[in-house]
Amino acid sequence: MIRTMSKPQTRPVRSAGSAFLPSSVSQVGTITKYELVNYFRSRRFFILLAIGLIISGILTGLVAYLGVSYVAPCPPKTCSSPALAFYSFWWGSSITFVIVLSGIFFGGDAISGEFQNKTGYFLVGNPLRRSSIYIGKWLGALTASLIVFATYAAITVGNGLYYFGMNVPYQFAESLTFSILYLIAVLGFTFFFSSLFKSSSMSILVTAILFLFAFSLIQLIVAGLVQVEPWFIITYGSGIIGNVLIDPYPTTQPIRGAGPGGRDGMTFAATVPEGIAILVVYFFATAILGLVLFERKEFT
Amino acid sequence: MNNPSIEAVNLSKRYGSFLALSNLSLKIEGSKCVGFLGPNGAGKTTTLKIFTDMIRASEGKALINGIDVHLNKKKALSSVGSLIESPEIYPSLTPREALSMVAEIRGLPRAEKRKKIEEVVSEVKMEEWLDKKVGKFSKGMKQRINIAAALLSDPDVFLLDEPTTGLDPRGMAEVRDIVRSLKTRNRLIFMSSHLLNEVQDVCDEVAMIDHGKLLVYDTLSNVTRRASIDGGNTVEVELSRDVDEQTVNGNIASLSNVSSVERPDPRKIRIHFAGGIQNQERLLLDLANMKIGMISFHPSASALEDTYLRLIKDTL
Repeated sequence: MIRTMSKPQTRPVRSAGSAFLPSSVSQVGTITKYELVNYFRSRRFFILLAIGLIISGILTGLVAYLGVSYVAPCPPKTCSSPALAFYSFWWGSSITFVIVLSGIFFGGDAISGEFQNKTGYFLVGNPLRRSSIYIGKWLGALTASLIVFATYAAITVGNGLYYFGMNVPYQFAESLTFSILYLIAVLGFTFFFSSLFKSSSMSILVTAILFLFAFSLIQLIVAGLVQVEPWFIITYGSGIIGNVLIDPYPTTQPIRGAGPGGRDGMTFAATVPEGIAILVVYFFATAILGLVLFERKEFT
Repeated sequence: MNNPSIEAVNLSKRYGSFLALSNLSLKIEGSKCVGFLGPNGAGKTTTLKIFTDMIRASEGKALINGIDVHLNKKKALSSVGSLIESPEIYPSLTPREALSMVAEIRGLPRAEKRKKIEEVVSEVKMEEWLDKKVGKFSKGMKQRINIAAALLSDPDVFLLDEPTTGLDPRGMAEVRDIVRSLKTRNRLIFMSSHLLNEVQDVCDEVAMIDHGKLLVYDTLSNVTRRASIDGGNTVEVELSRDVDEQTVNGNIASLSNVSSVERPDPRKIRIHFAGGIQNQERLLLDLANMKIGMISFHPSASALEDTYLRLIKDTL
């Protein structure tokens, strides 16, 4: 039955306006909170966590079966620390893949999905800035990614502790920091592409192709064939994650036969400041562009 | 409390060369329900989307309680509950969580939040589903939660885009009751709809739009009267017994101010008459005196439809 609605109003009369509205920062927190609830109930979070665990499991099995000295050899003349070689093998070779997957899983359709699935219509009609939605969703994606990242890092350190005891090289802490910076930049980038499209599958596909194939291919062509330092490619900047675990740190240098057709050429490696600069610029440029696009995009 | 108001000032919206909204100027003020009518593609949803800042106007401005929505969205929409194009809710959330999110965004006090959520969910008859995931809901159930979200912060202004879409007949009736109750609480409701009976049932005023242009905005009775051929009205009369042709064409048709009489079935007659409310009163008295078994006498439900069809046809 229909309830009678003619009862007298019991709430105090409220003037129109924003007297009770929370601050934009508080609204960002609300969006982040419910974005996380949404992630933790979705399959994609657990699929990514499972992928991280599977990669960790394969590496753990490999090291256990083949032995540390086999998978991460440390010849006395060229290698200063077996522990560093171990972390380089494990962390340096795989964490960028986990980060890229996090970007695709959590950032790929974060904004485009709001248009395609019409969930944006539920949020946008409320008294909050679009920037609060964008930043809140970005922080939610970052937090979810960091949980997967932390799990992967914990397993890496667990194996390192098992084989080398408390001898955790300081370079690993540096690599960990650069990895978080890369994760931030990747999420900024994926959110930008997510703002560019209104189709979830399109934005996911484009970011996946870019990070899994296109950037590596462009880097290979530009550095190997054209012999130009690919400082404008994000994956070149992310090279510092693995390079910092190599002693001595790789440098840009002429190498005999490294050029096209076996001629002499250069091999390129971003220095730590260069790598940080590339990642920071990528993050700010794409995050700002993505935000501007989302602010201007219409729910038609 | 100030009268709630919305105002479109020379509002236009272009999509390339297509003009979806053309110089719309409309001010609505006070506690009332205004039906927003027009054919598909007329510009109804476009207007409502501009008022909720989902799209930007190409020209003009949209004001809510005097505040420009585009320039100060947060403040303007703080007093608005909206339902535009049947939004989807994150499927993994429950109604309680989705409404909590809206409550937190709108700054409902923590102590009040739980009670208020249960209140609005009860108002849309979804209590049993409060803690079930939205992903399993039908379209109508989601629409009920969307209506609950619009009611949650007890706003002054409601912008509703076909709010009964997807609802069953009972749900439609419940929404109409909610709208009626809002009017008693000094709320302004601006509601687009394709259901003319629905608008006639709950709205006090009507705005008609076609090809992005406002055709008319006035009270329901004025709109139907103004657009009729001779400025007259139509009433429908139901009878407890059959009425013969002689009575219809002779006695009733000869009553003063009656211009024509139809008999759709033996126990129903439709009388078209000239003049306003006083002539209607006189007609009622005359019919009662005729003792023809009159059991109901009411303005024709098709009056708004006739007006709508006439006005919309004129613009083609």
